[in-house]
Amino acid sequence: MPNTAAPSFSGENLLCIRGERTVFAGLSFAVPAGGALILRGPNGSGKSSLLRLMAGLLQPIDGALLRDGIPVRDDPEGHRSSLHYVGHKDAIKPVLTVAENLAFWSGVNGGTGSVDTALETFGLAALVDTAARLLSAGQQRRLNLARIIASPAPLWLLDEPTIALDSASVSVMVDLIAAHRATGGIVVLSTHIDLGIHDAVALDLDRFAPEVSL
Amino acid sequence: MIGAFRHILARDLRISLRQGSDIVVVVMFFVITVALFPFGVGPEGNILARIAAGVVWVCAMLATLLSLDRMFLSDYDDGSLELLALSALPLEAIVLAKATAHWLVTGLPLIAAAPVLAMLLNMAAESYVTLFAVMLLGTPTLSLIGAIGASLTLGARRAGVLVSVLVLPLYIPVLIFAVGAIDAAAMSLPVRPHLLFLGAMLAGALPLAPLASAAAIRQALT
Repeated sequence: MPNTAAPSFSGENLLCIRGERTVFAGLSFAVPAGGALILRGPNGSGKSSLLRLMAGLLQPIDGALLRDGIPVRDDPEGHRSSLHYVGHKDAIKPVLTVAENLAFWSGVNGGTGSVDTALETFGLAALVDTAARLLSAGQQRRLNLARIIASPAPLWLLDEPTIALDSASVSVMVDLIAAHRATGGIVVLSTHIDLGIHDAVALDLDRFAPEVSL
Repeated sequence: MIGAFRHILARDLRISLRQGSDIVVVVMFFVITVALFPFGVGPEGNILARIAAGVVWVCAMLATLLSLDRMFLSDYDDGSLELLALSALPLEAIVLAKATAHWLVTGLPLIAAAPVLAMLLNMAAESYVTLFAVMLLGTPTLSLIGAIGASLTLGARRAGVLVSVLVLPLYIPVLIFAVGAIDAAAMSLPVRPHLLFLGAMLAGALPLAPLASAAAIRQALT
């Protein structure tokens, strides 16, 4: 038996092609339990593609993703149900209230966490009965982020989570990431600003861009 | 799992009921298109009675078509669909939940409006029970087949037109047997074979449409 006991998340030799363009090739990474991986790179370098690939929304053309040493391909349902993905879109229904929006995602994901606590963490407690269409961009983002603490999952995939957030909310997010890692959770995030997450491993996607050949 | 299914169904119903105008528009469309026929073909009773079943069904299909875009499109646009696809619930079950919600807010109102419109078209009195039965058996199939079209056109330009071209040909068998049943009832012929065919189509669409639709959604999300 290989040493697969320690919870971890890794990828080997990943190849991603979007349209006709190779976004990245030969990309490998490994994050141990409690680890954080920060994706860096200019626009279009494949940060979002890599996160979608990690979430299973895209399939790698080549290479494999591994959860605890077991290929994700062998257990896609188990992988999906134990991760949170935060993309560019906030997945908020404007006609539902703040509480209804969050309760829905918590319910679908079989959440055991408290919706009220999650809303309070992100300073939305006063807005529970407000229709989500009245929220500002930053408040919508906070509501989306509250989703990931309303139903716990060991792996967080965050695509530029701090966009539209004020500095107070950014520090809430940084604290949550630290707390999540302290319990053995894994975080992969892309960001353009320095969040001050110490001891995080940085992955520069530029290194995996294909050689331009003529 | 059942819990997640119920959550999706409840959310879609709540959104539809809160945007009640969506439901009203579909029923109004149904009423108005049917009401056009007496103006178009003249008010003669037997001509209208002859075409009543076909007119009611064709208009019900067009009304269903009109409402298909809201089955997946808003969830696709706001990112909900990809999060749903990442939930533990299989995508096929998600499609089934959304098609069920769609039927409850479009199929049921159409069933309720159909007898009134049949009366407007002078439908034979002995056909009403059959009309109700075929609407009940046929409209869920319309929602299920519609789910395939709605998911295939996600991300497409002019999706509304494209979905009609894809879905309407698939509605033809339902139309044939639904109208056949109503006509048979008017002529006091057995309606059972027609109803059995409609039931068989529903039984077939119930597992197959979610499979096809889920495959199309996976394609749209990549």
